[in-house]
Amino acid sequence: MKKMIKAFAIALLLPVTAFAAGGGATYPHDGMSADHGNKSSLQRGARNFVNYCMGCHGASYMRYNRLAADLGIPEDLAVDNLIFRVNEKGEREKVGSLMRTSMTPDYGKQVFGVTPPDLSLIARSRGVDWLYNYLRGFHQDESRPLGFDNSVFKGVGMPHVLWELEGVKKAVYDEAGTHVVGFETVTEGKLSKMEYDSFVYDLVNFLDYLGEPYKADRQRVGVYILIFLFLFGIVAYALKAEYWRDVK
Amino acid sequence: MSQQNGIMGWINDRFPLTETLEYHVTRYYAPKNFNFWYYFGILSSVVLVMQIVTGIVLTMNYKPDGFHNVNGIPGAFASVEYIMREVDWGWFVRYMHSTGASAFFVVVYLHMLRGLMYGSYKKPRELIWIFGMLIYLCLMAEAFMGYLLPWGQMSFWGAQVIVNLFNTIPFVGEALSVWVRGDYVISDATLNRFFAFHVIALPLVLIGLVVFHLVALHHVGSNNPDGVDIKKHKDANGIPLDGIEFHPYYTVKDTFGVVVFLAVFFAVVSFAPEMGGYFLEHANFVPADPLKTPEHIAPVWYFTPFYAMLRATPPMFGSAFPGVIVMFGAIAVLFFLPWLDRNETRSIRYRSKAFKIWLWLFVVSFVILGYYGIQAPSTFGTIMSRICTLIYFGYFVAIWFISGNEKTQPVPDRVTYK
Repeated sequence: MKKMIKAFAIALLLPVTAFAAGGGATYPHDGMSADHGNKSSLQRGARNFVNYCMGCHGASYMRYNRLAADLGIPEDLAVDNLIFRVNEKGEREKVGSLMRTSMTPDYGKQVFGVTPPDLSLIARSRGVDWLYNYLRGFHQDESRPLGFDNSVFKGVGMPHVLWELEGVKKAVYDEAGTHVVGFETVTEGKLSKMEYDSFVYDLVNFLDYLGEPYKADRQRVGVYILIFLFLFGIVAYALKAEYWRDVK
Repeated sequence: MSQQNGIMGWINDRFPLTETLEYHVTRYYAPKNFNFWYYFGILSSVVLVMQIVTGIVLTMNYKPDGFHNVNGIPGAFASVEYIMREVDWGWFVRYMHSTGASAFFVVVYLHMLRGLMYGSYKKPRELIWIFGMLIYLCLMAEAFMGYLLPWGQMSFWGAQVIVNLFNTIPFVGEALSVWVRGDYVISDATLNRFFAFHVIALPLVLIGLVVFHLVALHHVGSNNPDGVDIKKHKDANGIPLDGIEFHPYYTVKDTFGVVVFLAVFFAVVSFAPEMGGYFLEHANFVPADPLKTPEHIAPVWYFTPFYAMLRATPPMFGSAFPGVIVMFGAIAVLFFLPWLDRNETRSIRYRSKAFKIWLWLFVVSFVILGYYGIQAPSTFGTIMSRICTLIYFGYFVAIWFISGNEKTQPVPDRVTYK
């Protein structure tokens, strides 16, 4: 082990270490911008998240009541519609609990090969564009253990959880047969393409909120700070000018 | 002894309060002609105070814990998110601290450039420069150790790469790096000792050095953009004709400068705390995982010029040790600047064209190195880094030869207001 670590460390030091590039443009390659002011989108995103993601992924830096307060959801509605987890005592989680997943890390690893990551900060590490494309990049691939691969994240351990909504699609490859350049529908889902895109948009918008719930606070506070500094700056400049009038 | 009555008199009989204030502030005569470049000294002390105060507040909730909690997340990482989400105004204090780290280097680099431009390192200010360089070294250690504390992927792997540099030192390297880490890999032991250095040891040294820096400065007096010695011309009371009291003149002027700086600073804190991944790297929002190396490991921007030099230096006998020497040499050589530059003319305003060209080449090469230190390695990047590394060191060679027999313009007798 020690030798391995050493070899590894030396490899890291070599300036020639080639880093696997993110690799050209992947398909789909769309951008989106998060909007924390759009409360109804965030509410739908929260619904999507607790229903489709939280079975495996936690958001364990976040509390249900904070989410409810920030998104304008009455607490009783939040308790009834957002909390599904049963805690170690066999009771439904309290509204002040952290949004943990029911799946234990070990079980997740056993099933998927890797523990499904906590999603509290996923929007900050991956960025919203990547997530928006990733969630629309699942395609059928019989060679994968769970029957699906992803065009944005090749060989991902996650199955296509949303297949029922999106339907099943097949990848269309470029001439070299290496890059996905488009999709072909195999089975229609419950949602149309547009509805599915907006479903994913709401979800990713919510993930972005989850990454930085205080984003609106910092922007609001920033405006006040800058107004104060602007006014103070005028006074400070006038004072400086007054003192320096006689210098020279 | 003082003839004052009241509280001040009582204190002054026992402690030189008025004397000290007069010596350092109210009767400290600074040149009248300070320009834009002279704000960055005071700005670095503003940032220093800000880092200390926000740091103390952060310590109240931060936990240097490398072990996983019930949710499978390392304690240190979780405590930072706890500060960001659950501590009242925690996000504000933490963003101030993280932005402050980058701001510190911005103002310090500009402060150092000021010194290079106006020859502030020259006789009789060599010790001010030496203390300043020690502050810079201390600051780099402080920043490096602080960066490990959030215990994200970049914290972990950045520290791993840098500590492994010790491995390349012949014979003792491996033992040394184990000694630094306290383990064979970056671990909880490393995190705790870095925490101790970051919050106690280095700040103490830093504050001591800042005091020395200022005492030395006030002993010899400030340089100015003309590089003239204002003490040559004094009035009947022994006050320099070109000097004015630091307080109130420069305190009011600096107040305005500080306000402008704070406006920029808080604009970043409020609207772009990640600064597009340069101040807070995206990969650092993933908890440290010793089994998963990130695709691209780069230090934070303020270290990248030196990192680029490290990568650009070809290995010898399969060892990256030459790169390490080059990297540390790039900092060490700055200590000798007061003796490498043999010309007595201080300010760039009155120096030769050759000096001006070399100084700007030096600055540009430093910036280019910084750029390539951030990028993933490429052939062109390596070539550019090598050229710029040569220019960087070339500056110190060139300055020795240029300054030996330099055609300078006459320095005015009194300060000017260009």
